[in-house]
Amino acid sequence: MSKTWQTTKHVALAAVAVSAVALAGAAQAKERISIAVPSFLSGPAAGPFGVPSRNGAELVIESINRGKLPAPYNTKGFAGAIADPIYVDESGGNTKQVAEYRNLVQKRNVDAVIGYISSGSCAALAPVVEELKRLTIFTVCGTPRVFEEASRTYIFRTMAHATADNVAAAHYVTTKFPEVNSYTGINQNYAWGQDSWRDFNLTMQNLKPGSKASAKLQFPKIFAGQYGSEISALSLDKSDLVHSSFWDGDLESFIFQGAVRGLFKKKKVVFTVGGTASYRLGKKMPDGIILGARGPYGVLVRDRKTALNEWFIKAYKDRYGVFPSGPAYQYGQGVLAAKIAYDNAAKAAGGFPNQDQVMKALTGLKFESFSTNVDMALAGGHQAITEHVYGLSKYNADTGEPGASDVVFFKGTCVMPPDGVKSVDWIKGGMKGAKC
Amino acid sequence: MTASRDWTIPGLTIGLVVMLVAGVVLPDWLLNILNISFSRALAVLGLMVLWRTGLISFGHAFYYGLGAYTVAILGKELGVSEILVTVPAAMLVASTVGFFLGFIIRRYRDIFFAMLSLAFSMVLYGILVKTEALGSTDGFSVPTPSFLGFGAEEAADNKIVLYFVLCGIGYGAALLVHRYLQSTLGNLSTAIRDNEIRVEYLGYSVAHAIHVKYVMSAALAGLGGAILAISLSQVDPDSMVNWTISGELVFVTILSGPGSVAAPFIGSVVFELIRTYAFEWLPHAWQLIVGATLLAIIFFLPGGVWSLLARIFGRKEGER
Repeated sequence: MSKTWQTTKHVALAAVAVSAVALAGAAQAKERISIAVPSFLSGPAAGPFGVPSRNGAELVIESINRGKLPAPYNTKGFAGAIADPIYVDESGGNTKQVAEYRNLVQKRNVDAVIGYISSGSCAALAPVVEELKRLTIFTVCGTPRVFEEASRTYIFRTMAHATADNVAAAHYVTTKFPEVNSYTGINQNYAWGQDSWRDFNLTMQNLKPGSKASAKLQFPKIFAGQYGSEISALSLDKSDLVHSSFWDGDLESFIFQGAVRGLFKKKKVVFTVGGTASYRLGKKMPDGIILGARGPYGVLVRDRKTALNEWFIKAYKDRYGVFPSGPAYQYGQGVLAAKIAYDNAAKAAGGFPNQDQVMKALTGLKFESFSTNVDMALAGGHQAITEHVYGLSKYNADTGEPGASDVVFFKGTCVMPPDGVKSVDWIKGGMKGAKC
Repeated sequence: MTASRDWTIPGLTIGLVVMLVAGVVLPDWLLNILNISFSRALAVLGLMVLWRTGLISFGHAFYYGLGAYTVAILGKELGVSEILVTVPAAMLVASTVGFFLGFIIRRYRDIFFAMLSLAFSMVLYGILVKTEALGSTDGFSVPTPSFLGFGAEEAADNKIVLYFVLCGIGYGAALLVHRYLQSTLGNLSTAIRDNEIRVEYLGYSVAHAIHVKYVMSAALAGLGGAILAISLSQVDPDSMVNWTISGELVFVTILSGPGSVAAPFIGSVVFELIRTYAFEWLPHAWQLIVGATLLAIIFFLPGGVWSLLARIFGRKEGER
């Protein structure tokens, strides 16, 4: 008797639990929207990338909610709605991210997803986003494959893709250091590193025919951390220049280890994602390194005096105690694009817009962001182009702050392929249609 | 051993019916979690067979990945997306490779068995990471599957079709493994674990028995990987072949417990739910929750989730 009762109780409890789980994620009120913000919150990419990304998004979302952005963006909310951010972790592998994306949309019922750092995440998510039909803005991930594999309806990317990083790097090297005739590279042995080297190498061959790529390229494993033998090999290599697309903790380890071995005195080194290391390493960052920040962000736009940029730097520094690096800008930019699209869509619709109206407003949008102008010009208005910039690292001893010298800006149309052309084909074909 | 009635087959059948009926009413996100869980459970089922023999493989992501990449490559290169073709092909590839590697691996036990499996899986991982044609670390997408030539327009319908197919496959696999474990060769598992020499004196070849189990677990892992790839519509080395995934499979095996062929399915769902909620509630420290769960299981439930269920329902299922 009591045994039967026990069993019944267990079954009843289980039924309640299951229905509670099934009901979670119910609809929400209209004056609020929820925005998921995925970035690396754990693992080796969290410190240099994930946390600044999250902070950049947090700062901009909260400022929008309170109507505190500088004009012309000083209206409150996203089409008046207050946004509730949900910060989620991007680590755990691509399939984990695919599963979690489904949870965000189907279980937690978010209105938009703004984020993602790794190209792997974005490439894996692209088909799923299209399947689940939820507005998704990729903020940092660089692979051009996202829009080259298929046309996308629900995906937008608010910064230039990785082609621009390496094309701009080659432009900078050939104009600023015409004496460079040979080059080698150290890149992580995975998709990002392999693609970066390919683009840089192809562009160099275009811009400076006859220049020579080393036969001894270094492709260490990602997150290797120790680069003793690679640094020796690079030092002995006859090439004038070293190209590297290192990022995350690997970048900082490599700079530390290379600096004590005098690598940066022997060779010109270009880091396409070096900008994030500047603020983190401070005066331990050697001077004279060629730095990119995946666009006009972070330390390279430190001196750009626009109202929006000055506000962003001050608000970020006041709140988090450090200067905003590239990822902070890039996430902030993604959030800002969403706000503008919501506001414009509301104006056109004469009320709170639905998702289709927001996406229509975002397609082909041109807007002034914190540090640059963004033009959603490619992939049918889904892929942004912005200007690009490279400079030399320069520590300012007077103020005790990292900075950059010899900063050169490149037009977006100079470093990104025209609409409808695959980036590899574009570079191989001599970069036709580039307007510099 | 046969004194108490064996409830496994009726239990599994009831489970199947419940899951099929539930499939109609469950929300999409839960179906997705179940699809992922059941795919993993198939691989765990194979590991459980090895574990009963006292063998732990730290490299079964090798076969998981082989299965996944077979489906993905068939779709990408040959445009074949029929589940009835791709899934058996994946099993065939995994079990063929398992058959040949089995000749080497059946000679090793304990840590050497575990490490050798790990080594094989990392070789495949290394090859995939260096192969740009297969997307390197980014992997590539798997085309939408069709079943009996029928491909749904709406992706959501595909999910539910896949779920029903998967329930059927899971049921079939569990039944077959159960039958095998009750056969003489299957019953040798515990005997081999306890004393190989005695088994040899009984007239059975230990190497042969282990080889059979190894190929079986390879086929099951290949099957699981194939369905995971279809369910996620994406393959990449870090989520399918890396040693962390092998570790995850072992984790779920321990979490489930070796008590019954139903255990991997329950354990895998529990694992996926823990991970999903830990991820949701503690985005900065979800790994901590997952790790703490494993510790708690080892300390308090050495027989896995299954032993807890067996205790609640007052029945001794597996007779270890």
